[in-house]
Amino acid sequence: MNRIKQKLQEDPSKKLLSIYFTAGYPQPEDTVTILEELQKSGVDMVEIGLPFSDPLADGPVIQRSSEAALKNGMTTNKLFAQLKNIRETVQIPLLIMGYFNPILQFGVEKFCQKCKEVGIDGLIIPDLPVEEYELQYKDIFQQYDLLPVFLITPQTSEERIRQIDQISEGFIYMVSSAAVTGGTAGFGQLQKDYFSRVSKMGLKNPLIVGFGIKDRETFSAATEKTKGAIIGSAFIKHLTENGTENIQDFIRKARD
Amino acid sequence: MSYQVNEKGYYGDFGGAFIPEMLYPNVEELRSRYLDIMQEESFQKEFRQLLKDYVGRPTPLYYAKRFSEKYNTKVYLKREDLCHTGAHKVNNTIGQILMAKRLGKNRIIAETGAGQHGVATATVCALMGIECVVYMGEIDIKRQAPNVARMKMLGATVVPAISGSRTLKDATNEAIRDWINNPVNTHYIIGSVVGPHPYPDMVARFQSVISEEVKKQLQEKEGRENPDFVVACVGGGSNAAGIYYHYLDQEEVGIIAVEAAGEGVLTGKSAATSALGREGIIHGSKTLLMQTDDGQITEPYSISAGLDYPGVGPMHANLFRTGRGEFISITDTEAMAAGLELCKLEGIIPAIETAHALAIFETRKFREDDVVVVNLSGRGDKDLNTYIEHFNL
Repeated sequence: MNRIKQKLQEDPSKKLLSIYFTAGYPQPEDTVTILEELQKSGVDMVEIGLPFSDPLADGPVIQRSSEAALKNGMTTNKLFAQLKNIRETVQIPLLIMGYFNPILQFGVEKFCQKCKEVGIDGLIIPDLPVEEYELQYKDIFQQYDLLPVFLITPQTSEERIRQIDQISEGFIYMVSSAAVTGGTAGFGQLQKDYFSRVSKMGLKNPLIVGFGIKDRETFSAATEKTKGAIIGSAFIKHLTENGTENIQDFIRKARD
Repeated sequence: MSYQVNEKGYYGDFGGAFIPEMLYPNVEELRSRYLDIMQEESFQKEFRQLLKDYVGRPTPLYYAKRFSEKYNTKVYLKREDLCHTGAHKVNNTIGQILMAKRLGKNRIIAETGAGQHGVATATVCALMGIECVVYMGEIDIKRQAPNVARMKMLGATVVPAISGSRTLKDATNEAIRDWINNPVNTHYIIGSVVGPHPYPDMVARFQSVISEEVKKQLQEKEGRENPDFVVACVGGGSNAAGIYYHYLDQEEVGIIAVEAAGEGVLTGKSAATSALGREGIIHGSKTLLMQTDDGQITEPYSISAGLDYPGVGPMHANLFRTGRGEFISITDTEAMAAGLELCKLEGIIPAIETAHALAIFETRKFREDDVVVVNLSGRGDKDLNTYIEHFNL
């Protein structure tokens, strides 16, 4: 069974913490260390960011980490090489999150095949819309047992949320507010209403919230009505300041 | 076979809307309404009136006698340089500001490279009394100080794009991020036939007034609506889309697209997308773009800021792939010489972008009785510093 599905079913009451980081940052060869540390810290799931020159849904923190990773010489091939033996030490679900162009250049089928080989469980491609996915890529994803994860936002209509729910497998990535990644405003009534409104829709996929989650307070606010939350920019800031040191401290502070 | 967009938003293999879900409501609202709005009688009336009284249309179709004699063919220049603000860009911004009003938006954002589209956007926002924010690469802000001042005088806020290479593609990324952050009250006025569907088609339709006028004007001057060739420079490709538009499906009319070779196509300092690009996704559109083997978008180079975009509109990518369009690339040096030549032969100082289109006559030979219409997309006032430096004037 796909590790994401398994994780989502394990303990119905448990709120999941997922972490995003950019592969190849801060140092080109940090990927495996970061993954192992995250697993040790009790993180439930990880999104490995494939760096891109033009990350148009990302705020400054992830932009800069992508830029630095590319300067470090990070490539798609290098990422797969780093992940070659990852399943010997890391058992939690792993997803790759990346923009579509590098995947398209690598070859979508070849990319999916490589993902399967190294043990990736799902893909988040923010600029691959559900329509294009269904039309051209659904069969390939299924062939390699990769769960497609799609985003919804506070502006997404109920009808479209239901459409996305039908196509999604695993979970729905719930973007917390109308903003690029790395927002620091915290959650107000608007967000709480949105979390509550969507959670009452009776969707088949659980909701995991991302964008603007940075600490214990935002994590618990985001997961009150949902299955889990994703920390990205705040974790990257931690890596910028500490390298791969003290990852367990960061996670403990975010969750317990 | 049609070279127009199909109902799914594609030109052949190119186009579509590869956008993050955050942009979906905005782009979908535009997609579902743009054709209806454009066809409203009140919209057409207001659009046409402003093009006439404010922009100064129709622009002349001028027979360039001395230039034609030199190259032994019949060359007409479509004088978009005489539009208000100095280039064709304003045709699109007038259309889009009227569109934004009908969509109930009260804030406008735009990207700009050299500043021409930024100025054209700031102009129509001033005209309508609507808030305007223009994103411009930090490096371009330094290179194009007069246009930055013009935008500020027109009441726009100019925000430096400090990400990536800090030029046009990054300004576009920043504008898209702004739109993600402001999904309800804001309309994004894209300046070229690029971006997610319906932008390439919408911008092409607003610019199509150019070829609509050429048809009438050529009928008067030559007794036929169709020239043998239409020629335009292509960066993103909006002026080209405008002059090709009514001729796209008339295969007897040759379509010539002129790209910026920069210092030479193979020097690593070039913006010749058809020669150097591969199929990929840029700014929400599947098209040809310059990129590394790993799919990272690379920074193009041209002496003309309006042509150094790493992609090309999906309409043009399709014209290239199908062979409907003939693509020629022109170096900085060739373009500068052609610009100066037009000054001397016709008393017209062209924008350096436009000078690329004029430079093809040195090598691309036409028959004596061919009628060749070149889109004179912009005037050269903004480029005086570059002309001064290049020719030690």
